Amino acid sequence: MLKGWVIVCASFAYIGFLFAIAYYADKRADQGRSLIATPYVYALSLGVYATAWTFYGSVGRAAIDGVGFLPIYIGPTLMMILWWFVVRKMIRISKINRITSLADFVASRYGKSALLGGLVTVIAVVGILPYISLQLKAISTSFQILLQYPQIVMPQKIGSVALFDDTAFYIAFFLAMFTIAFGTRQLDVAERHEGMVAAIAFESIVKLIAFIAVGAYVTFGMFDGPADIFSRAMAVPQLAVLTTPFDGAAGNYVSWIWLIILSMLAILFLPRQFQVAVVENVDEKHLNKAVWLFPLYMFAMNLFVLPIAFGGLLHFPDGSVNADTFVLTLPMSQRQEWLALLVFIGGLSAATGMVIVETIALSTMVCNDLVMPPLLRYTRARFMQHEELSSLLLDIRRAAIVSILMLGYFYYLVAGEAYALVSTGLISFAAVAQFAPAVIGGLYWRNGTRAGALAGLTLGFLVWAYTLMIPAFAQSGWVSLSFVENGPFGIELLKPLQLFGLKGVDQTTHAMLWSMLVNIGAYVAVSLLSRQSVAERIQATLFVDVLSQTGERTGFWRGTASASSLQALVGRFLGPARAAELFNSYARSRGVAAAHELDADARLVRFAEIQLAGAIGASSARAMVSSVVQEEPMGVDEVMAIIDEASQAIAHSQELEEKQAELETATRELRSANERLKELDRLKDDFIATVTHELRTPLTSIRAFSEILHDNPTLAVEERARFLAILVKESERLTRLINQVLDLAKLESGAAEWQNVTLDLREIVDEAVNTTSGLFKVKKVKLDVNLPMKAVPVVADRDRLMQVMLNLLSNAIKFCDADHGKVSVTVSHLHDFVQVDVRDNGTGIAKKDQVFIFEKFRQVGDTLTDKPAGTGLGLAICRQIVGHFGGRLWVNSDYARGATFSFSLPVTTMAVE
Amino acid sequence: MPQRILIADDEPAIATSLQFLFGNAGFDTQTARDGEEALRLAGDFAPHLIVLDLMLPRLSGLEVCRALRADPRQAGIKVLMLTARGSTADFASGQAAGVNVYQVKPFSTKELLALARRLLDSGETSDVH
Repeated sequence: MLKGWVIVCASFAYIGFLFAIAYYADKRADQGRSLIATPYVYALSLGVYATAWTFYGSVGRAAIDGVGFLPIYIGPTLMMILWWFVVRKMIRISKINRITSLADFVASRYGKSALLGGLVTVIAVVGILPYISLQLKAISTSFQILLQYPQIVMPQKIGSVALFDDTAFYIAFFLAMFTIAFGTRQLDVAERHEGMVAAIAFESIVKLIAFIAVGAYVTFGMFDGPADIFSRAMAVPQLAVLTTPFDGAAGNYVSWIWLIILSMLAILFLPRQFQVAVVENVDEKHLNKAVWLFPLYMFAMNLFVLPIAFGGLLHFPDGSVNADTFVLTLPMSQRQEWLALLVFIGGLSAATGMVIVETIALSTMVCNDLVMPPLLRYTRARFMQHEELSSLLLDIRRAAIVSILMLGYFYYLVAGEAYALVSTGLISFAAVAQFAPAVIGGLYWRNGTRAGALAGLTLGFLVWAYTLMIPAFAQSGWVSLSFVENGPFGIELLKPLQLFGLKGVDQTTHAMLWSMLVNIGAYVAVSLLSRQSVAERIQATLFVDVLSQTGERTGFWRGTASASSLQALVGRFLGPARAAELFNSYARSRGVAAAHELDADARLVRFAEIQLAGAIGASSARAMVSSVVQEEPMGVDEVMAIIDEASQAIAHSQELEEKQAELETATRELRSANERLKELDRLKDDFIATVTHELRTPLTSIRAFSEILHDNPTLAVEERARFLAILVKESERLTRLINQVLDLAKLESGAAEWQNVTLDLREIVDEAVNTTSGLFKVKKVKLDVNLPMKAVPVVADRDRLMQVMLNLLSNAIKFCDADHGKVSVTVSHLHDFVQVDVRDNGTGIAKKDQVFIFEKFRQVGDTLTDKPAGTGLGLAICRQIVGHFGGRLWVNSDYARGATFSFSLPVTTMAVE
Repeated sequence: MPQRILIADDEPAIATSLQFLFGNAGFDTQTARDGEEALRLAGDFAPHLIVLDLMLPRLSGLEVCRALRADPRQAGIKVLMLTARGSTADFASGQAAGVNVYQVKPFSTKELLALARRLLDSGETSDVH
């Protein structure tokens, strides 16, 4: 059944199906009903990390190294779980700045440098070639093996066939066609390829299913379950050794660590990973689910690796079958045709997924960061209009795709035989790891400069090439072996595999150690030694501080531009219709009616630049915009001068504000002082008027009754007696009032005489209570007295203190509840002062009146409308007295819940006299 | 028939003295303790003269006077206002309210009686003593 044409047809059918999915997804995206806007698709698209390397190579590696295949999956898992926020920061920056590739990211960060973008692109392309070649090798090998069914024959050596007989050549060719079809049908301004993402997510599922299928078949079909496989493997000593990870030299610990680090960097910096994780990301929040979904996916993918490896080793014991092919050859050996075909399709899926995404990402970089910048600067391309530019860009990308795949094929020819799949892949990992210092430094270290990034990248790349690429070529015979064995020109210290005598580590670790050392060292050293331009500084801050910034940033910009010329520029790359749309909505958001009325200020320029960057990359966008706008580049000195001026102006206005505030305060205070004086004047007048009034009232009845008694000698005895009694009472009242007024005047003017002695407060309270006991009885008011056990010595005038107590008590009686009057007196000795509370259960005093009652002649209720008994002076006098003794008099009351009058006095340490 | 005098003052001692004074002089008297009571009694008792204290609770003497003057049935009642305050402003507002006569406290009983009699006998206009 497994004839050549069957396999080919199945392959084309599968790819065709992928294409259909992509087409449908793109259509849905155009309608605005995106298929891929779910975190599950996002997480699955990250699965493009698992290529033919995972599919075939993991088993191959496990057959040699046991669990040593794991580190490259542990790395990404750790990265997602522990440092997903780095990804988030990259996503945020990329969205804001419309960054469409890794090269663009680096270029943008370091002052929109075209040179840096180009360098990154070159490193990326050269570094990924091994990886692409391994996919070609995998497809070609698996195809050839399947073709030999039912026999199991390892394919011929690479390069031993003529070009047009070479399956790999045709595979490369068709892959180029597929990639062009997937990625360059149209120019999307944000470099988003929804169709591609949907197809990738689907193929992640397919390869997972295929792998699990063959894994389950081997484990449960060919053997009796995992226990069976493992126990059989343990019985074979060579295999038993594979289950212990760290046997042997400490080199193994070291290589595990470096492999983990390497794969952690790879999950960030492989161009295809950057593409699906950052550029194609639809919603930042999808990251939250991807953090655990993606590790879960990889766990599922790797579940059956060891069983299959052991199964293969047990089944093909003599080493005639390459372990990289076990996933295919095991079902073949059992005549499982459909399963073998499924496995082939799975492997094909994994490989094509990688190639398509990686190549599209690389072609974007080549176009935007390598080809376009010089093109736009030096050729007539800078005058082209939209139609021409669009087709130019697409053509460049297509050419890039074809070139990359051809280069990949040539690498395959040249160096593909040398290594097992895994080792080949690690070469690419090490290459993209060179981006780490520049990118991570760029994200978190404001002082990372363009010069530093250039130095680090260049040197790291050179070391990588020297320690990894050259040995690979040497293994395939393209470079003389003596170069590798004895060093260039026989210099032993410069041996590519043992630089400066570093022995005992495997090749990858060795390369990583040296390249990272040189890279990071150069990056940091040169950054510290070099100065940033203004543009660089701005970009550095924008990147590092992206998470803490909101709203628009403008940056420093000086120049002249017109909104319409900016719009025309954008139109050339995005199409006039789209440019009009963008500018009009921007105008609306700024509250301007139409685009041509916009002010060409820094914000508009930045807006235009960002839109362009989505199409042609940051550095080209910068170049284009500055060509349209007459710009004056600002040097650091000018910037500092502006800042100085600004801060001076701010300080000055702050001074003015302060003076103004001071003036206002002074005026306010004067005004209120004036008010107080007028009030006091009024009060004085009021006082005199009120005193006069109060005095005249009793005088009136005194005079009236005096005259009555005088003029009516024949009055009845009872009447006479009654009238005399009133006379007496009113006289007393008058006397009392006069006394109080004089008392208060004396107290206020300080002319009062005080005879201060140390006395026991409790005695005063007792005496006052006794004095008023008659009144309590008459009014039927209950009295409660609580005194402390120990004496409370205070320094005071005895009579005055009595005056206060009597006043408070009589007030309490006056105002307590009419039917069930209750008054309680409490003396509390609190540390260094004593508090006396006199509480009644009357109607209480409203909050607004609580201040007034201590004023002269004020009683509860206005004197004009209410007429309670008393002079209204009592509390004023009490306050004076208590104040004179160094205490306070106040009231606590809730309306309708009684009132508590309290005064405090300082306690003395002297003994009571 | 004896003429009726309404006494409106909240000071009990003063009210008592006025009550005796007028009662002894042959008038019919009633006493009100606050402004509202004064108005009510003015309606019920229908006095010919009111001796009205300026400082009354509930309704002040001025307000009582105004209310009386506003009511046609009682507009003819003579109003003698008693007050301890004696500023020109007070007199002016008293006149505006329709007070017939002002008397400052303390007063001479003989003078007060004479004043009341004169008011009742004739229809004199405002005067100040």
